[in-house]
Amino acid sequence: MASLNDLTKGILKENPVFRLALGLCPTLAVSTSINNAIGMGVAVIFVLVSSNTIVSLLMKLFQKTLSEEGLKSINKIRIPIFIVVIASFVTIVEMVMSAYFPALSESLGIFIPLIVVNCIILGRAEGFASKNPVFASILDGLGMGLGFTIALTAIAFARELLGSGHLLGVNILGSGYQPVLLMILPPGAFLVIGLYLGGLNWLESRKK
Amino acid sequence: MEYGIFQLIILSIFINNFVLARFLGLCPYMGVSKQLDSAVGMGLAVTFVMTLASLVTWLLYNFFLAPTYQSIFYVVFHTPIDKVPDLTFLRTIVFILVIAALVQFIEMYIQKVSPTLYKALGIYLPLITTNCAILGVAVLNIDMFFKDGLPLHNSFIHTLVQAFASGVGFTLVLILMAGIREKLELANVPKPFRGLPIAFIVAGLMSIAFLGFAGMNVE
Repeated sequence: MASLNDLTKGILKENPVFRLALGLCPTLAVSTSINNAIGMGVAVIFVLVSSNTIVSLLMKLFQKTLSEEGLKSINKIRIPIFIVVIASFVTIVEMVMSAYFPALSESLGIFIPLIVVNCIILGRAEGFASKNPVFASILDGLGMGLGFTIALTAIAFARELLGSGHLLGVNILGSGYQPVLLMILPPGAFLVIGLYLGGLNWLESRKK
Repeated sequence: MEYGIFQLIILSIFINNFVLARFLGLCPYMGVSKQLDSAVGMGLAVTFVMTLASLVTWLLYNFFLAPTYQSIFYVVFHTPIDKVPDLTFLRTIVFILVIAALVQFIEMYIQKVSPTLYKALGIYLPLITTNCAILGVAVLNIDMFFKDGLPLHNSFIHTLVQAFASGVGFTLVLILMAGIREKLELANVPKPFRGLPIAFIVAGLMSIAFLGFAGMNVE
């Protein structure tokens, strides 16, 4: 049965970025501003929820209609099937974004088509949706997507605040603040996520 | 912007380094950089697959997906040029399938032809399919060397050069990182930072060093 746990585990306990270290490339690349981070997060949530739904339904359909032999051969090619499902939804996101949000689409660049190879999405399709009922899979996708978005936003928060003194276009640190340009540049992403991971480990060890 | 071959090589290896500036291929960069041997193997495998995948995806894009005068619909089926279908929106789906199939074929071929090479590269090949560096370089080539679905001047050569040089750049930082991490094993790192966190911080410092290359004038 679907439960609240399916939704919440992705946010903290099994957070895809901070706990499982999955989907690192887009996390570091698009976290230059909160705007980009949320745009990417929404795109990933959409793809994750849709692909989880379809994969779960497909697997149920196969189990109901196919013989044992057929199921075995489907099982061998399940990964390509998942990839095609995911790639279709990514194409939808790509087209919608370039039509309605051209500026966002421009700044996310090649990381929109690269959602296909984001290991979180294939990982959830293979590890959760293919074995669980539809509703639980939707919740799982939503939770994991939210966890990804929160991690992305947390990194973007530090980088944007320190790197420009602004958040979402609002000046926070005052005009006397000298921006740390390094934070917006690539090294900032590595440093921020390294410090976050170390900090989280430290918090965890203190709790015990 | 038109680059020469040499400029393109310098750009792809140092200035727009695949890992440290473009953030592509981070999973193998973090996962396979614990030992020098495996870093070399992974780097070679990625370079090889990158070049081959770029070659195949360029051909597909130019002759099948994009509505050019070289499209097979125009050349083989004699569709009038204004009726040649624009299939560029299928790019993502087609590329990922082609790359997955290609990696499978390479694996089977190497296993059959050269068991020694298979031993060196074999275990890294399946990991490469879902490596964003491969799809990344294919998409990047299309973005850079095609304009409105039409190939730019020397598009094909530039694609191959950029793919190969990006692979070399990836291998370079992977080997550097592996060297550092082998030493890091012996260092006295604060407990919460052991493992992944300190690797990220090292990567950040390396990225700062590579930022120095951005000062090179390649124009």
